[in-house]
Amino acid sequence: MTIWHIVILASIATLALKLAGYAVPASFLERERPARIADLLTVALLAALIAVQTFGDGQAIVVDARLPAVIVAAALFALRVPFVVVVIVAAAVAAGLRAVT
Amino acid sequence: MGEAADGGADASRKRLLKSPAARDGLAVGLATAVYGVSFGALSVAAGLDVWQTCFLSLIMFTGGSQFALVGVVASGGVAAGASAIAAAGLLGVRNVVYGMRMKPVVDTGGPWRRAAASWVTIDESTAVALAQTDERQSRIGFWVTGVAIFVGWNLTTLAGALIGDAIGDTRAWGLDAAAAAAFLGLLWPRLKSLQTGAVAVAAAVVAAFTTPVLMPGLPVLVAAVVAVVVGWFDLLGRRRAT
Repeated sequence: MTIWHIVILASIATLALKLAGYAVPASFLERERPARIADLLTVALLAALIAVQTFGDGQAIVVDARLPAVIVAAALFALRVPFVVVVIVAAAVAAGLRAVT
Repeated sequence: MGEAADGGADASRKRLLKSPAARDGLAVGLATAVYGVSFGALSVAAGLDVWQTCFLSLIMFTGGSQFALVGVVASGGVAAGASAIAAAGLLGVRNVVYGMRMKPVVDTGGPWRRAAASWVTIDESTAVALAQTDERQSRIGFWVTGVAIFVGWNLTTLAGALIGDAIGDTRAWGLDAAAAAAFLGLLWPRLKSLQTGAVAVAAAVVAAFTTPVLMPGLPVLVAAVVAVVVGWFDLLGRRRAT
Protein backbone atom coordinates (compact mmCIF):
# COMPACT_ATOMS: atom_id res chain seq x y z
CA MET A 1 0.00 0.00 0.00
CA THR A 2 1.27 3.48 -0.83
CA ILE A 3 0.11 6.81 0.53
CA TRP A 4 -1.81 7.36 -2.73
CA HIS A 5 -3.76 4.14 -2.12
CA ILE A 6 -4.62 5.27 1.40
CA VAL A 7 -5.67 8.72 0.20
CA ILE A 8 -7.84 7.45 -2.66
CA LEU A 9 -9.50 4.57 -0.79
CA ALA A 10 -10.30 6.75 2.21
CA SER A 11 -11.69 9.47 -0.05
CA ILE A 12 -13.95 6.99 -1.84
CA ALA A 13 -15.17 5.69 1.53
CA THR A 14 -16.01 9.11 2.96
CA LEU A 15 -17.63 10.31 -0.26
CA ALA A 16 -19.72 7.14 -0.42
CA LEU A 17 -20.91 7.82 3.14
CA LYS A 18 -22.01 11.32 2.15
CA LEU A 19 -23.96 9.94 -0.83
CA ALA A 20 -25.42 7.18 1.33
CA GLY A 21 -27.03 9.74 3.62
CA TYR A 22 -29.08 11.05 0.71
CA ALA A 23 -30.09 7.51 -0.26
CA VAL A 24 -31.24 6.36 3.19
CA PRO A 25 -35.02 6.57 3.74
CA ALA A 26 -35.86 9.34 6.18
CA SER A 27 -37.68 7.00 8.56
CA PHE A 28 -34.30 5.56 9.63
CA LEU A 29 -33.50 8.89 11.24
CA GLU A 30 -36.53 8.64 13.46
CA ARG A 31 -34.65 6.00 15.32
CA GLU A 32 -32.44 7.76 17.84
CA ARG A 33 -29.82 5.07 18.18
CA PRO A 34 -27.99 5.43 14.85
CA ALA A 35 -27.77 9.21 15.20
CA ARG A 36 -26.50 8.96 18.76
CA ILE A 37 -23.84 6.39 17.87
CA ALA A 38 -22.66 8.50 14.92
CA ASP A 39 -22.31 11.51 17.24
CA LEU A 40 -20.45 9.57 19.91
CA LEU A 41 -18.18 7.90 17.35
CA THR A 42 -16.94 11.33 16.38
CA VAL A 43 -16.27 12.22 20.00
CA ALA A 44 -14.48 8.94 20.77
CA LEU A 45 -12.27 9.04 17.69
CA LEU A 46 -11.25 12.66 18.20
CA ALA A 47 -10.43 11.98 21.86
CA ALA A 48 -8.42 8.89 20.92
CA LEU A 49 -6.52 10.86 18.29
CA ILE A 50 -5.72 13.57 20.85
CA ALA A 51 -4.33 10.91 23.21
CA VAL A 52 -2.22 9.24 20.52
CA GLN A 53 -1.02 12.54 19.10
CA THR A 54 -0.10 13.86 22.57
CA PHE A 55 1.54 10.79 24.13
CA GLY A 56 2.38 8.48 21.25
CA ASP A 57 5.89 8.01 19.91
CA GLY A 58 5.67 5.03 17.60
CA GLN A 59 4.39 2.34 19.95
CA ALA A 60 5.75 4.00 23.09
CA ILE A 61 3.87 6.36 25.40
CA VAL A 62 6.00 9.36 26.34
CA VAL A 63 5.41 12.63 28.14
CA ASP A 64 7.19 15.51 26.44
CA ALA A 65 6.70 19.11 25.30
CA ARG A 66 3.40 18.15 23.63
CA LEU A 67 1.54 17.70 26.93
CA PRO A 68 2.06 21.27 28.23
CA ALA A 69 1.16 22.52 24.75
CA VAL A 70 -2.14 20.61 24.79
CA ILE A 71 -2.96 21.80 28.32
CA VAL A 72 -2.40 25.40 27.18
CA ALA A 73 -4.59 24.70 24.15
CA ALA A 74 -7.40 23.36 26.37
CA ALA A 75 -7.25 26.48 28.54
CA LEU A 76 -7.42 28.72 25.46
CA PHE A 77 -10.36 26.80 23.97
CA ALA A 78 -12.14 27.19 27.32
CA LEU A 79 -11.57 30.95 27.00
CA ARG A 80 -13.11 30.82 23.49
CA VAL A 81 -9.90 31.85 21.75
CA PRO A 82 -10.20 31.20 17.97
CA PHE A 83 -9.10 27.83 16.65
CA VAL A 84 -6.21 29.02 14.52
CA VAL A 85 -4.71 31.14 17.29
CA VAL A 86 -4.86 28.17 19.66
CA VAL A 87 -3.18 25.84 17.17
CA ILE A 88 -0.39 28.35 16.57
CA VAL A 89 0.13 28.96 20.31
CA ALA A 90 0.24 25.19 20.96
CA ALA A 91 2.92 24.77 18.31
CA ALA A 92 4.85 27.71 19.76
CA VAL A 93 4.71 26.27 23.30
CA ALA A 94 6.05 22.89 22.16
CA ALA A 95 8.68 24.47 19.91
CA GLY A 96 9.75 26.85 22.68
CA LEU A 97 10.08 24.08 25.27
CA ARG A 98 12.11 21.97 22.87
CA ALA A 99 14.36 24.90 22.07
CA VAL A 100 15.27 25.46 25.74
CA THR A 101 15.57 21.82 26.88
CA MET B 1 -27.78 28.74 -6.52
CA GLY B 2 -29.70 28.08 -9.73
CA GLU B 3 -31.98 31.07 -9.21
CA ALA B 4 -29.09 33.52 -9.41
CA ALA B 5 -28.18 32.36 -12.91
CA ASP B 6 -31.26 33.60 -14.77
CA GLY B 7 -32.45 37.16 -15.47
CA GLY B 8 -31.90 39.82 -12.81
CA ALA B 9 -28.86 38.03 -11.44
CA ASP B 10 -27.64 41.22 -9.81
CA ALA B 11 -30.86 41.85 -7.91
CA SER B 12 -31.11 38.27 -6.74
CA ARG B 13 -27.47 38.30 -5.67
CA LYS B 14 -28.16 41.36 -3.54
CA ARG B 15 -31.19 39.67 -2.06
CA LEU B 16 -29.11 36.57 -1.38
CA LEU B 17 -26.41 38.49 0.46
CA LYS B 18 -29.02 40.29 2.53
CA SER B 19 -30.42 37.01 3.77
CA PRO B 20 -29.27 36.17 7.30
CA ALA B 21 -28.51 32.58 6.29
CA ALA B 22 -26.07 33.73 3.62
CA ARG B 23 -24.30 36.04 6.06
CA ASP B 24 -24.03 33.20 8.59
CA GLY B 25 -22.72 30.91 5.89
CA LEU B 26 -20.04 33.30 4.69
CA ALA B 27 -18.89 34.03 8.25
CA VAL B 28 -18.65 30.35 9.10
CA GLY B 29 -16.97 29.75 5.75
CA LEU B 30 -14.28 32.34 6.37
CA ALA B 31 -13.60 31.10 9.89
CA THR B 32 -13.38 27.48 8.79
CA ALA B 33 -11.21 28.17 5.76
CA VAL B 34 -8.43 29.27 8.07
CA TYR B 35 -8.22 25.72 9.53
CA GLY B 36 -7.10 24.65 6.10
CA VAL B 37 -3.68 26.14 6.74
CA SER B 38 -3.19 23.86 9.77
CA PHE B 39 -4.47 20.86 7.85
CA GLY B 40 -2.12 21.51 4.92
CA ALA B 41 0.91 21.95 7.16
CA LEU B 42 0.10 18.90 9.33
CA SER B 43 -0.51 16.75 6.28
CA VAL B 44 2.91 17.34 4.75
CA ALA B 45 4.42 16.94 8.24
CA ALA B 46 2.81 13.49 8.34
CA GLY B 47 4.56 12.53 5.11
CA LEU B 48 1.95 13.25 2.43
CA ASP B 49 3.04 15.36 -0.52
CA VAL B 50 1.37 18.57 -1.65
CA TRP B 51 -0.74 16.77 -4.31
CA GLN B 52 -2.00 14.14 -1.88
CA THR B 53 -2.82 16.85 0.63
CA CYS B 54 -4.81 18.86 -1.93
CA PHE B 55 -6.52 15.69 -3.19
CA LEU B 56 -7.88 15.07 0.30
CA SER B 57 -9.32 18.57 0.60
CA LEU B 58 -10.84 18.42 -2.89
CA ILE B 59 -12.30 14.91 -2.85
CA MET B 60 -12.65 13.80 0.75
CA PHE B 61 -13.60 17.32 1.91
CA THR B 62 -14.55 16.53 5.49
CA GLY B 63 -12.12 18.04 7.96
CA GLY B 64 -12.34 15.54 10.81
CA SER B 65 -11.69 12.58 8.52
CA GLN B 66 -8.82 14.40 6.83
CA PHE B 67 -7.15 15.24 10.16
CA ALA B 68 -7.71 11.65 11.33
CA LEU B 69 -6.13 10.17 8.22
CA VAL B 70 -2.97 12.27 8.45
CA GLY B 71 -2.87 11.78 12.24
CA VAL B 72 -2.80 8.00 11.93
CA VAL B 73 -0.30 8.13 9.05
CA ALA B 74 1.88 10.47 11.14
CA SER B 75 2.04 7.95 13.99
CA GLY B 76 2.15 4.70 12.01
CA GLY B 77 3.25 5.52 8.47
CA VAL B 78 2.07 3.58 5.43
CA ALA B 79 1.96 0.39 7.55
CA ALA B 80 -1.03 1.88 9.41
CA GLY B 81 -2.83 2.51 6.11
CA ALA B 82 -5.82 0.28 6.84
CA SER B 83 -6.34 1.95 10.19
CA ALA B 84 -5.99 5.38 8.61
CA ILE B 85 -8.71 4.54 6.07
CA ALA B 86 -10.94 3.06 8.78
CA ALA B 87 -10.48 6.06 11.08
CA ALA B 88 -11.29 8.50 8.28
CA GLY B 89 -14.33 6.42 7.35
CA LEU B 90 -15.64 6.15 10.91
CA LEU B 91 -15.29 9.88 11.42
CA GLY B 92 -17.26 10.31 8.21
CA VAL B 93 -20.19 8.25 9.52
CA ARG B 94 -21.83 11.38 10.94
CA ASN B 95 -22.10 12.71 7.38
CA VAL B 96 -24.64 9.94 6.74
CA VAL B 97 -26.83 11.44 9.43
CA TYR B 98 -26.29 14.94 8.02
CA GLY B 99 -27.24 13.73 4.55
CA MET B 100 -30.50 12.25 5.87
CA ARG B 101 -31.31 15.54 7.63
CA MET B 102 -30.40 17.71 4.63
CA LYS B 103 -32.05 15.64 1.90
CA PRO B 104 -35.55 17.12 2.25
CA VAL B 105 -34.04 20.62 2.52
CA VAL B 106 -31.71 20.69 -0.48
CA ASP B 107 -32.59 17.76 -2.71
CA THR B 108 -35.03 19.40 -5.12
CA GLY B 109 -32.99 18.90 -8.28
CA GLY B 110 -31.69 15.95 -10.26
CA PRO B 111 -28.83 13.57 -9.56
CA TRP B 112 -26.17 16.23 -10.23
CA ARG B 113 -27.56 18.58 -7.63
CA ARG B 114 -27.83 15.67 -5.23
CA ALA B 115 -24.19 14.73 -5.85
CA ALA B 116 -23.08 18.33 -5.35
CA ALA B 117 -25.17 18.59 -2.19
CA SER B 118 -23.72 15.43 -0.71
CA TRP B 119 -20.19 16.60 -1.58
CA VAL B 120 -20.58 19.74 0.53
CA THR B 121 -22.53 18.01 3.32
CA ILE B 122 -20.30 18.59 6.34
CA ASP B 123 -20.62 19.74 9.97
CA GLU B 124 -20.74 23.42 9.12
CA SER B 125 -23.15 23.45 6.17
CA THR B 126 -25.55 21.22 8.10
CA ALA B 127 -25.26 23.33 11.25
CA VAL B 128 -25.97 26.61 9.44
CA ALA B 129 -28.91 25.05 7.57
CA LEU B 130 -30.42 23.64 10.78
CA ALA B 131 -30.03 26.97 12.56
CA GLN B 132 -32.46 28.69 10.14
CA THR B 133 -36.14 29.01 10.84
CA ASP B 134 -37.65 28.65 7.36
CA GLU B 135 -36.94 26.21 4.58
CA ARG B 136 -35.73 28.76 2.02
CA GLN B 137 -33.18 30.21 4.45
CA SER B 138 -32.08 26.67 5.32
CA ARG B 139 -31.40 25.94 1.67
CA ILE B 140 -29.49 29.21 1.20
CA GLY B 141 -27.51 28.65 4.38
CA PHE B 142 -26.56 25.13 3.34
CA TRP B 143 -25.30 26.07 -0.12
CA VAL B 144 -23.56 29.32 0.80
CA THR B 145 -21.75 27.67 3.70
CA GLY B 146 -20.84 24.55 1.76
CA VAL B 147 -19.51 26.39 -1.29
CA ALA B 148 -17.70 29.10 0.73
CA ILE B 149 -15.94 26.47 2.82
CA PHE B 150 -15.12 24.33 -0.20
CA VAL B 151 -13.38 27.20 -1.98
CA GLY B 152 -11.66 28.59 1.11
CA TRP B 153 -10.62 25.23 2.55
CA ASN B 154 -8.95 24.15 -0.69
CA LEU B 155 -7.06 27.41 -1.16
CA THR B 156 -5.80 27.45 2.42
CA THR B 157 -4.92 23.73 2.31
CA LEU B 158 -2.60 24.46 -0.60
CA ALA B 159 -1.08 27.40 1.26
CA GLY B 160 -0.54 25.32 4.40
CA ALA B 161 0.99 22.43 2.47
CA LEU B 162 3.46 24.78 0.80
CA ILE B 163 4.36 26.42 4.12
CA GLY B 164 4.75 23.02 5.79
CA ASP B 165 6.89 21.80 2.91
CA ALA B 166 9.18 24.79 3.26
CA ILE B 167 9.93 24.68 6.98
CA GLY B 168 11.73 21.32 7.24
CA ASP B 169 11.90 19.71 10.71
CA THR B 170 8.27 19.85 11.79
CA ARG B 171 8.90 18.68 15.38
CA ALA B 172 11.20 21.63 16.03
CA TRP B 173 8.28 23.86 15.01
CA GLY B 174 5.91 22.04 17.35
CA LEU B 175 3.66 20.80 14.54
CA ASP B 176 3.03 17.52 16.38
CA ALA B 177 1.58 19.48 19.30
CA ALA B 178 -0.38 21.61 16.84
CA ALA B 179 -2.02 18.43 15.53
CA ALA B 180 -3.16 17.45 19.03
CA ALA B 181 -4.46 20.98 19.59
CA ALA B 182 -6.33 20.86 16.28
CA PHE B 183 -8.10 17.62 17.29
CA LEU B 184 -8.93 19.20 20.62
CA GLY B 185 -10.46 22.16 18.78
CA LEU B 186 -12.67 19.82 16.74
CA LEU B 187 -13.70 17.94 19.89
CA TRP B 188 -14.33 20.93 22.16
CA PRO B 189 -17.76 22.06 20.87
CA ARG B 190 -19.06 18.48 21.21
CA LEU B 191 -18.32 18.19 24.93
CA LYS B 192 -21.71 19.47 26.00
CA SER B 193 -23.07 16.59 28.05
CA LEU B 194 -21.94 14.14 30.68
CA GLN B 195 -22.27 11.42 28.07
CA THR B 196 -19.94 12.98 25.48
CA GLY B 197 -17.44 13.97 28.19
CA ALA B 198 -17.35 10.45 29.59
CA VAL B 199 -16.96 8.92 26.11
CA ALA B 200 -14.11 11.32 25.33
CA VAL B 201 -12.22 10.50 28.53
CA ALA B 202 -12.77 6.74 28.21
CA ALA B 203 -11.74 6.72 24.55
CA ALA B 204 -8.57 8.69 25.29
CA VAL B 205 -7.65 6.30 28.12
CA VAL B 206 -8.31 3.22 25.95
CA ALA B 207 -6.22 4.65 23.10
CA ALA B 208 -3.31 5.54 25.38
CA PHE B 209 -3.27 2.17 27.17
CA THR B 210 -3.50 0.10 23.99
CA THR B 211 -0.85 2.07 22.08
CA PRO B 212 2.11 0.00 23.38
CA VAL B 213 0.44 -3.34 22.64
CA LEU B 214 -1.37 -2.78 19.31
CA MET B 215 -0.20 -1.95 15.81
CA PRO B 216 -0.07 1.81 15.11
CA GLY B 217 -3.51 3.09 14.14
CA LEU B 218 -5.47 0.32 15.86
CA PRO B 219 -5.78 2.04 19.27
CA VAL B 220 -7.93 4.74 17.66
CA LEU B 221 -10.28 2.11 16.25
CA VAL B 222 -10.48 0.16 19.52
CA ALA B 223 -11.40 3.41 21.27
CA ALA B 224 -14.31 3.79 18.84
CA VAL B 225 -15.89 0.71 20.44
CA VAL B 226 -16.49 2.85 23.54
CA ALA B 227 -18.81 5.06 21.47
CA VAL B 228 -20.71 2.11 20.02
CA VAL B 229 -21.28 0.55 23.45
CA VAL B 230 -22.26 3.79 25.19
CA GLY B 231 -24.39 4.88 22.24
CA TRP B 232 -26.16 1.55 21.86
CA PHE B 233 -27.31 1.37 25.48
CA ASP B 234 -27.50 5.16 25.88
CA LEU B 235 -25.37 4.96 29.02
CA LEU B 236 -25.33 8.26 30.98
CA GLY B 237 -27.76 9.51 28.37
CA ARG B 238 -30.77 11.79 28.11
CA ARG B 239 -33.17 9.02 29.01
CA ARG B 240 -32.13 9.27 32.65
CA ALA B 241 -32.31 13.07 32.69
CA THR B 242 -35.82 13.35 31.26
